[in-house]
Amino acid sequence: MGLLKRKKTDFSVREEHIEANLANSIVYVRNLQKVYSSAKGSVTAVKDININVLENEFVSIVGPSGCGKSTLLRMIAGLETATDGQIVIRDRNIIGPGADRGMVFQSYTLFPWMTVGNNIKFGFKLRKMPKEQQEEIVNRYLKIIKLEKFKNSFPRELSGGMKQRVAIARALADSPEVLLMDEPFSALDPKTREDMQLLMRQIWQEEKPTVIFVTHDIEEAVFLSGKIYVLTSRPGIVKEEIPILLPYNRDLSLKDTEEFVKLRKQVNAFIEHGEI
Amino acid sequence: MIKIKIRKEISKRKYILFAVLSFLALLVAWLLASGSGAIKEIFLPRPGSVVTYYLESIKDGSLWINAKISIYRITLGFVYAVILGIPIGIMVGTFKKWEAVIRPLCEFIRYMPVPAFVPLIMVWVGIDESAKITVIFIGTFFQLVLMVADDARSVPDDLISAGYTLGSGTGNTIFKIIIPAMMPRLMETLRMMIGWAWTYLVSAELVAANTGLGYTILKSQRFLKTDAIFGGILLIGLLGLITDRIFAFLNKKLFSWAEGGR
Repeated sequence: MGLLKRKKTDFSVREEHIEANLANSIVYVRNLQKVYSSAKGSVTAVKDININVLENEFVSIVGPSGCGKSTLLRMIAGLETATDGQIVIRDRNIIGPGADRGMVFQSYTLFPWMTVGNNIKFGFKLRKMPKEQQEEIVNRYLKIIKLEKFKNSFPRELSGGMKQRVAIARALADSPEVLLMDEPFSALDPKTREDMQLLMRQIWQEEKPTVIFVTHDIEEAVFLSGKIYVLTSRPGIVKEEIPILLPYNRDLSLKDTEEFVKLRKQVNAFIEHGEI
Repeated sequence: MIKIKIRKEISKRKYILFAVLSFLALLVAWLLASGSGAIKEIFLPRPGSVVTYYLESIKDGSLWINAKISIYRITLGFVYAVILGIPIGIMVGTFKKWEAVIRPLCEFIRYMPVPAFVPLIMVWVGIDESAKITVIFIGTFFQLVLMVADDARSVPDDLISAGYTLGSGTGNTIFKIIIPAMMPRLMETLRMMIGWAWTYLVSAELVAANTGLGYTILKSQRFLKTDAIFGGILLIGLLGLITDRIFAFLNKKLFSWAEGGR
C-alpha cells in the first residue's frame, strides 16, 4: 500500500476526497466472519474482514472466484447474516435488508411485468411518494441512463446492457446511502461492458453516490474506483487496500495510459502471488 | 458433420399440418378396422354409428343436458380447489414452516386413489351434487397445492432480494413480487389441473348419478352400447381440448410480458 502512495504521477486532479472525508465513514465493517455449517463440516467463507467506505467514495472489492466477495456484499445488503463481526451503516447496525442500501445484481432483476418507468418507481410506490415527484425522479434517472424513450417498454424488449442500466437507475432513484453492485456487468459482451463502465463512471462523477462494487475484472475495478480491496480466497481475507490515484475525470482512453496499466498489474500481482 | 435435429424448430404451418394428419390417421385406422369386419361392431363401433348416436342425442336433448351438468360439476370442483389451493400453495412455496406442515401431507394424500374415496364420500356428504363436486375437488386439490407451491418457489431469489433492497417487506414482497412473477406459471398449472378435473369426471359420476357424460358412459357399458361409450369418451376429450386451448390463449394474452413469451 505504501508503495503505491509514495509514487507521484503527473496527473493534475486527484481523488482527494479520500483523505478529505476520512471522518465521513458510511459503511463500517469490523471483524466480519461468515461460516457455512453443514453435516459434512464447516467452511469459512470470509474471515476478519475490515472495510471502511467513505461518503461519495467508489470502492471495489476484487478477488478470485470463491473468495467470498459476493457473500461479503450480500451481508452488507443484509441478505445474508454474518456469523460474527459487525456491519454499521452510518450509526445503524445491519441485521437485515433495507432501502438504505440499493443493490444491482449480476442477474437481470427487473420486474418483467412492469414497464421500465414502473420498475424505477417500485420503491416510491411503497413509500407512497406523491405522483408528480415520482414522475420527476423517474424522468431524471431515465435521462441519466439515456433511456428516456423506453419509459413504457417492458424489460423483455430491452438488451442486457439496457436492463442493467435500468437496474442501476432503479437502485439509485431510491437515493440509498450506499449502492451495492454485485458483478453487474459480467453477463454483458465486452463492448457493452466498456460502455457500461464509462456510463457508471460518469454517473458517479455527476451524482456522487457511495458505491461498493464487486468484480473479478481488475481492469474494471481500477477504471471505476477510488479504492480497491483485494480479497484472498478460502477463507476470504482482505489482503490489501489499494488507493487508485488516477485522474478524476476518466474516459476509456485512460486504460491505455502507463499509470493505469501499472496499477492494473499491481492489483493483479496481489491476487496471483498472494504477496508482493 | 452432425445435422442438428434435436429440438429444431418447424414452421407453424407444418406443425398444424402434422397435428391434423395425426387426427386423420387415427380416423382412417378406425374406419379401416371397423369397416373391414375383422372386429365386431360390439367391440369397435363404426364412426358412422357414433355420429348417428350424436345426432340422436342432440335431437332428444340428452347430449346437451349431460354435457351441461358435467361441465357444472367440473367447474365447481375445480373452482373450490383453486380458491383453497392457490393461497395454501403460495404459503407452502414461500414459508418453510408451511411447507413442513402441508407438503408431506399432500404428498401422502395425492397417491391415494380417488375412485376409492367414492364410497366414503357417499357416506360423508351424501349422494347429491356436492358428492360429485367433492370427488373432483379431492382429485385436483392436493396436486394443485404442490404445483402452486413449486410455482411460487420458482420465482428467482434475486428478484425477491431486489425487492428487499428497494424496501419491500414480507407482505409487499408476496403480493407485489412473488404473486405477479408466478402468474404465467400459475396459469399453466391451472391449465394442467383442469385437464385432471376432466379425467376425474367418470369417477365423480360413479356416485349415484343419473346424468352427466361420465354417467352416460357407465350406463352404456351395462348395455354394451359401445357407440355411446365412444361418443362419450370423444366428447370429454374434445371439451377438455377446448378448455385447454382457452387457458393457453388467456395465458398468451394476459402475460405477454413473460420472458421468452410463450
